[in-house]
Amino acid sequence: MKGFDLTAILGNPEYMAMLAHGIEMTFIIAICSWLLAMSLALVLLAIRFSPGRIGNSIVAAYVSYHRNVPTLVQLMLWYFGIFTILPSALSDWLTAHSAEMIFAIVGLGLCQAAYFSEDLRSGLRSISPGQMEAARALGHGYISAMRNVLIPQGVRNALPALVNHSVSLFKNSSLAIVIGAPELSHAVKEIENLSFRTFEIYLVGTVLYLVFSLIIMAGGAWLTWRADPLNGAAR
Amino acid sequence: MIHDIIAIIDEYWLLLLIGQYPNGPLGGLANTLILSALSIVIAFPFAILLAFARLSKYRVLRWPVTVLVYVTRGVPLLMLVLWSYFLVPLLTGADVPSFLTMLTTLVVYQGAFLSEIIRAGIVALGPGQMDAARALGHGWFGAMRYVILPQALYNMIPSMLSTFVATIKDTTLGYVINVPDLTFAASQVNNQLLTQPFQVFLILALTYYVICWSLTALTNVVERRITRRRAGLAAPRRQLSLITNATEQP
Repeated sequence: MKGFDLTAILGNPEYMAMLAHGIEMTFIIAICSWLLAMSLALVLLAIRFSPGRIGNSIVAAYVSYHRNVPTLVQLMLWYFGIFTILPSALSDWLTAHSAEMIFAIVGLGLCQAAYFSEDLRSGLRSISPGQMEAARALGHGYISAMRNVLIPQGVRNALPALVNHSVSLFKNSSLAIVIGAPELSHAVKEIENLSFRTFEIYLVGTVLYLVFSLIIMAGGAWLTWRADPLNGAAR
Repeated sequence: MIHDIIAIIDEYWLLLLIGQYPNGPLGGLANTLILSALSIVIAFPFAILLAFARLSKYRVLRWPVTVLVYVTRGVPLLMLVLWSYFLVPLLTGADVPSFLTMLTTLVVYQGAFLSEIIRAGIVALGPGQMDAARALGHGWFGAMRYVILPQALYNMIPSMLSTFVATIKDTTLGYVINVPDLTFAASQVNNQLLTQPFQVFLILALTYYVICWSLTALTNVVERRITRRRAGLAAPRRQLSLITNATEQP
C-alpha cells in the first residue's frame, strides 16, 4: 500500500481529463434520459386519463414491468438482448454512433418514465374532483381547467416525488458501466486500473456523485418551496 | 421464439434456480433470495439503532448518522459496492467471498434507508405517546420497547416489504463483483449459448418481474389490512360518522 496521496489523482492532467469526460457523459446520460422520461411520462399520463380501457391497461402493464424489473436487468436486456435482434442496418448505425450511450439513455429513460408518470398521476389524483367542477362552473373548458387549475396543483403535489426520482435517475446512470458506457464510474474504474490508487480515486468519485446529488436535492427543495403558494412566488 | 425460451428454461432451469450448487457455490435465484432476506434481517436491528441515533438529543449521535444517511442517499449503490469490494478484504485481512461483500453493502445501504422509514414511523406517532408512556413510569427504553416501537413498526410493515422488493432488485448489482446470483447465472447461460442473448435476458427480466410483482401485490394487501385495522383500533365502538374522521388522523 502506498500512502494516501490525493494529488496523485488531482495533480495528474491525464486522470483529470478522464474524470471530466466521465462527468460529461454522466450528465449527457442523466439529462437526455430525464427529458425522454418526462416526455414519455406525459404521454403515458394522457393515456391513463383518457377513457379507453385498452390504452389504460397497456400503460399499467408498462409501468408494472419497469417498476418490478431491476434497472440493471433492463439495461442488460436492451444492450445484450434487444440490440442483437434489431435489423442489421439499424444496429450498424447504432454501433457507429456509440450504442452504449444510446442504450443507456433509452433504457434509463423508459424505466424512469414509469416512475415519473406514477408520481404525476398520484399528484393529480390527490386533487379533489371539486376543483375540476368549480373550474368548469367558472367557465373554463376541459383543457383550460386542466392547464390553469388542475395541472399546476398536481405538479406541485408531485414535486417531492419527482425530485427524489430525478436523484435516483442521476445515481442510476452509474449502472451504465455494465454495458460499457464511458460515464463517471467507468472513468473511476479506469483510473483505478491505471494508477492503483484505489482509495483516492474512489474517494474522488464518491464525493463527485455526492455533490451532484446534493445539488439536485437542494434544487428540488428550493423548487418545492417556491411552488408553495404560501411563499408567494408561484403566481 | 417462445419455443427457444421454453427450450432454454428446460435445459438450464436448475442452474438458474440454485447455480452450480452441489458442485460449486450456491447461486441462482436461491442465492438472490437468501442474500436479500439476510440483508434485510441484519439491516433491521441496525436500522432501529440508526433511527434512535437520528432522533437522539445528543449531537454526537445525531450528526454521524445524518451524514451516513445523506451519503447513502446521494451516492450510487454501485460506488458503495466498489467500496466494499475494496475495503472489506482490506479491513478483515481475509479473502472474503463476494457474497459477504455484497451482504455488507446491502446491510449498510438498506439499513440507512430503513432507518429513515422507522424514524418517520416514530415521528408520525406524535410526541404524546412517549410523554404518556414516560408519565406511566416507563424509562426511555421501556417506552420505546413496549409503547413506541410496537406501534411504529406495525404501521411500517408495508414500507418494509417494499424495501425488501427494492433489496431484491439491488442484489443485481452483485453482478459487478461476480456474486453468484440470478443475474450471474443468466449471464453464464448466455455465455454457454452465445446465440440467443435476447431470449436469455428476457427470461431473466420475467423471472424478476414475477417475484417482485407478487411481493408488491402482497404488500398492497397487507397495507390495506393495516389501514383498516388502524381505523378500527382508533375508533372501536363509536358511530360510523366518527370512524371516517378517525381514519384521517395519523
